[in-house]
Amino acid sequence: MDSHRHEEWVAVERSPSFQEYARKRKAFLIPATIFFMVFFFGLPVLAAFTTVLEARAIGPLTWAYVYGFAQFAMTWILMHLYVNRANKWDRLVERARREAAEEEGLAR
Amino acid sequence: MSDQTVSIIFFVLIIALTLIVTAWASRHNKSTSDHYVAGGKIKGWQNGLAISGDYLSAASFLGIAGSIALTGFSGFYLSIGFLVAYLVVLLLVAEPLRNLGKYTLADMLAARFNTSGVRSAAALSTIAISMFYMIAQLNGAGALIGLLLGFPYWLSVILIGILMTIYIVAGGMIATTWIQIIKAVLLIAGALGLSIVVLANYSFNPLALFGAVENEIGYQALVPPESAGLVSSLDVISLNIALVLGTAGLPHILIRFLTVPDAQTARSSIITATWIIGLFYLLTPILGYGAVLFVGQDEIKAANPAGNLAAPQLASALGGPIFFAFISAVAFATIVAVVAGLVVAASSAFAHDFYTNVLRHGEATEREQFRAARYTAIGISVAAIVLALFAQGLNVAFLVALAFAVAASANVPTILLTIFWRKFNTIGAIAGILVGLVSAIVLVLISPSVLTGSSAEAAAAPGAIIPVEPLSPFKNPALFSVPLGLLACVIGTLLGGRGAEREQEQGIQTDYDEIYVRSLTGLSPDIEEELQEASPPQESSR
Repeated sequence: MDSHRHEEWVAVERSPSFQEYARKRKAFLIPATIFFMVFFFGLPVLAAFTTVLEARAIGPLTWAYVYGFAQFAMTWILMHLYVNRANKWDRLVERARREAAEEEGLAR
Repeated sequence: MSDQTVSIIFFVLIIALTLIVTAWASRHNKSTSDHYVAGGKIKGWQNGLAISGDYLSAASFLGIAGSIALTGFSGFYLSIGFLVAYLVVLLLVAEPLRNLGKYTLADMLAARFNTSGVRSAAALSTIAISMFYMIAQLNGAGALIGLLLGFPYWLSVILIGILMTIYIVAGGMIATTWIQIIKAVLLIAGALGLSIVVLANYSFNPLALFGAVENEIGYQALVPPESAGLVSSLDVISLNIALVLGTAGLPHILIRFLTVPDAQTARSSIITATWIIGLFYLLTPILGYGAVLFVGQDEIKAANPAGNLAAPQLASALGGPIFFAFISAVAFATIVAVVAGLVVAASSAFAHDFYTNVLRHGEATEREQFRAARYTAIGISVAAIVLALFAQGLNVAFLVALAFAVAASANVPTILLTIFWRKFNTIGAIAGILVGLVSAIVLVLISPSVLTGSSAEAAAAPGAIIPVEPLSPFKNPALFSVPLGLLACVIGTLLGGRGAEREQEQGIQTDYDEIYVRSLTGLSPDIEEELQEASPPQESSR
């Protein structure tokens, strides 16, 4: 392993901006993933083991369909939340690059 | 003019349009990069439409509409599963893949594991997934075109095969992308047109449509099917695991993220694609229930036992022969476009991963690579056509489920651990892919999909494959094969080979700090240059 190269990657990894980015990314993605997985599998599990989805919700519309349509809303909302955040995180990546360059410049 | 003549005119128009696009694309298809990923120059909205095109296969259009028509809410599961699956792609896989990959899925794994073993295993699973998917599509297409145009099965399969070979060999990924875009626009227009006409009969009130369905075939069409015991409930959950995880391992979807110039463009294509895909799936109950009301379940079953012709039949009932011909042509374009995308994925895995990187150790010239890419595309097409010809008359719809299960079991655990697990090593990666691949295939081989029952009645049923009693009651293997694939990654890593750090010292694994930073940021491997570019002006000599 090229140790100089390794140092440079670690410099980016340790820069405050990268740390902030990695932390924010994790803080969004882990709860979001757990939420949509639970919400998604909730439908087949409820359908298989209970009868709650068989009741009527609005007119002829059943709770099964209401739950199904809610998954569409969830997908669109999570997609926009993610894309908005990711576009902001790009600035942190740019800053991390500069911070690492400065640190490497000082070290040399 | 007979209905079939009108249909043939529409088919010829669509084929002509795609060939014109291919002729135009062929003038831009000049390098290996153009061929595999359209030179990375596709715009955001274009890629968004192309992703939608890859996503909305004939299974989505014809299959789900038919399934909702015949089984009600259970058909809608597929719509929900395909859509939510997109979140797994988007949140967990798309950006790291884009940041580490170049042309193929294996490239991403090879960014970390610099061994031919990992690359070969990843290429093998890509080829297996694409082949299963392609044979199922060609098999369905052969039967479909037979019914719509009166062509024999073999002629339909060979016709589609020749078309897709021309698109790819001449136009590469540029032609494939534009054909996907055209197909996506046609498909959305068709589905929207059908839905508007259906809803117009119910004064544009979807609730009235649902009410009419309840009056026509009863309340059970609007609720999940009554559970027929634990096995069938678990089988439904297993299907949903394959759908939601498998999409994130489908090579032809993933390589779409490599065709755009940067992460921002990838994200803007995601916005377009999520809205289009979601809106399309939202229309599927209208198409399915519309077919029930305007065509009738008996008519749908009479045309095709799985209900695959429900959408064209609905068009015929609502708008006569011209609308029927248009929807049939859209279905045809859908199949050809998806099959073309699959050939690109499979042939790049073979030519780029096996030939260029494993056999030639990455030393093939640009010209040799470009030539290999084209020859392989022909080879893959011919292989798929021959296999599809053998599959005539068999019920191979399970191959689509198998493709998703293999993608979920072999690719997804390995992709995620490559990005997120510091200790992951080459043995773990190879073991995970192979165990996921083999366990999904074996579990399907011993399931009722292939071992179709030994009774005289089962053996004589249309589409029966091997007349033996099934060894496993589950049609969908993902419930077992995904944990097996994940377990193999972990056990392989902990028991097999050397630790990740030893591998890094020996140079067969890339420094994990580098992979971690690159997968999250998209910085190029040339860190020296990245940092120099970023250094403040007063310190830089430029």
